[in-house]
Amino acid sequence: MAFCALVSKKALGSALRSGAADLGSGLCQIRRLQTFSLPDLSYDYGALEPAISGEIMKIHHQKHHQAYITNYNKALEQLDEAIQKGDTSKVVGLQSAIKFNGGGHINHSIFWKNLAPTNEGGGEPPKGALGWAIDADFGSFEALVQKMSSEGAALQGSGWVWLALDKELKKVRIETTANQDPLVTKGLHLVPLLGIDVWEHAYYLQYKNVRPDYLKNIWKVINWKHASDAFDGEAA
Amino acid sequence: MPNEELNAISIVFLVVQSRATSSSSSRVTAQLELKAPPYPLDALEPYMSQKTLEFHWGKHHRGYVDNLNKQIAGTDLDGLTLEEIVVKSYNNGSPLPLSTMPPRHGAPIWNHDFLWTSIKPGGGGKPSGLLLELIERDFGSVDALLSEFKQAALTQFGSGWAWLGYRAGKLVVEKTANAVNPLVSDYTPLLVVDVWEHAYYLDYQNRRPDFVSTFIEKLISWDAVSARLDEAIAASKSA
Repeated sequence: MAFCALVSKKALGSALRSGAADLGSGLCQIRRLQTFSLPDLSYDYGALEPAISGEIMKIHHQKHHQAYITNYNKALEQLDEAIQKGDTSKVVGLQSAIKFNGGGHINHSIFWKNLAPTNEGGGEPPKGALGWAIDADFGSFEALVQKMSSEGAALQGSGWVWLALDKELKKVRIETTANQDPLVTKGLHLVPLLGIDVWEHAYYLQYKNVRPDYLKNIWKVINWKHASDAFDGEAA
Repeated sequence: MPNEELNAISIVFLVVQSRATSSSSSRVTAQLELKAPPYPLDALEPYMSQKTLEFHWGKHHRGYVDNLNKQIAGTDLDGLTLEEIVVKSYNNGSPLPLSTMPPRHGAPIWNHDFLWTSIKPGGGGKPSGLLLELIERDFGSVDALLSEFKQAALTQFGSGWAWLGYRAGKLVVEKTANAVNPLVSDYTPLLVVDVWEHAYYLDYQNRRPDFVSTFIEKLISWDAVSARLDEAIAASKSA
């Protein structure tokens, strides 16, 4: 029985180059490190105006989200190397960069899907199961919007405000996370239905220091269809 | 330990006469003032625009002062100095848990006061004198210090500040998140850079590295840093 250790693509490459002995016929697995790339938006940068300016959307997507992905990929490569070498110190040391940049990638990927131009359903309140759940758990759609806006406004520093499905309790509720912490850091049983970025980069060029105005206007472009689909998918 | 800062907020006391039905003691309401930067708002152009200062000082900093005055009126914090308020309402390194109203503490105000006096028109250049000596002793070179300072500013994930401080006779670089400031820590601040996005977004957008480089090269007031170092040394000798 040919034994072939799991080797990374890099190690395999260097072994072959140095003329190493046969690594086993056909059973060699090359562990590819999966890296990530910037997802496209399904609408133009300017399509969310006047709620969110095209200038903000372009910088937010092409600069901020891209930077999280670039740095996440870099951290993953360093992590891979550290794991290979058994360098535990380095592995642990990389955790904050992974959490921050990986979280940034997760959160922004969700965010782009949470938005839609008004002529494509943006702003239309949810119907169906999510609509009923919101009524049951918040009293009304308006009450949810008001509470989520006020929690987003009150968040100190940088972070996100979420409408979350609690899979265990089968209820929807509002959560906030700091910096780029994804919602799962508040509980593995929480599913993000809707996330609103309240980092200053999400609104500053347009709304300056007036975060409440940004939060008032973003509801006009919230893609409730996506949130409903996420809810239906989990709550079934 | 309250920090004896030259730029302490001056407190204007307004004495409010009590109503007829209450006792004869009068209620004192302390009003913290918004201190202006020691230069016109356009003086730091093109490195930090007038527009940035109009918002950063005129809206953010002013907002912190107005909110704190409202929050402390008639409370146990009323009448204290800014430094006393910061220390008294310190919340274990966190300005406040998320999802709550703005904190009843003065750290954001203190940090911004410290920021405006850490920079000046025609700033940058190199430190000199005792400050230079200690930099070379504790970091090897000015470049090494500035590189570490910049790193701290760039790796402060999210909102926060990077500091040059003086701890137990040594110069140190530190970073703090959100509104945390060193008054409740074990180092005396000498220099700060604000890396909340509002500090640079209008001028640099996402390019925090460019902002921090420019801050270092064109804005830092090494005179102010030297003066604060002298004070910190004097204070540690008399302590």
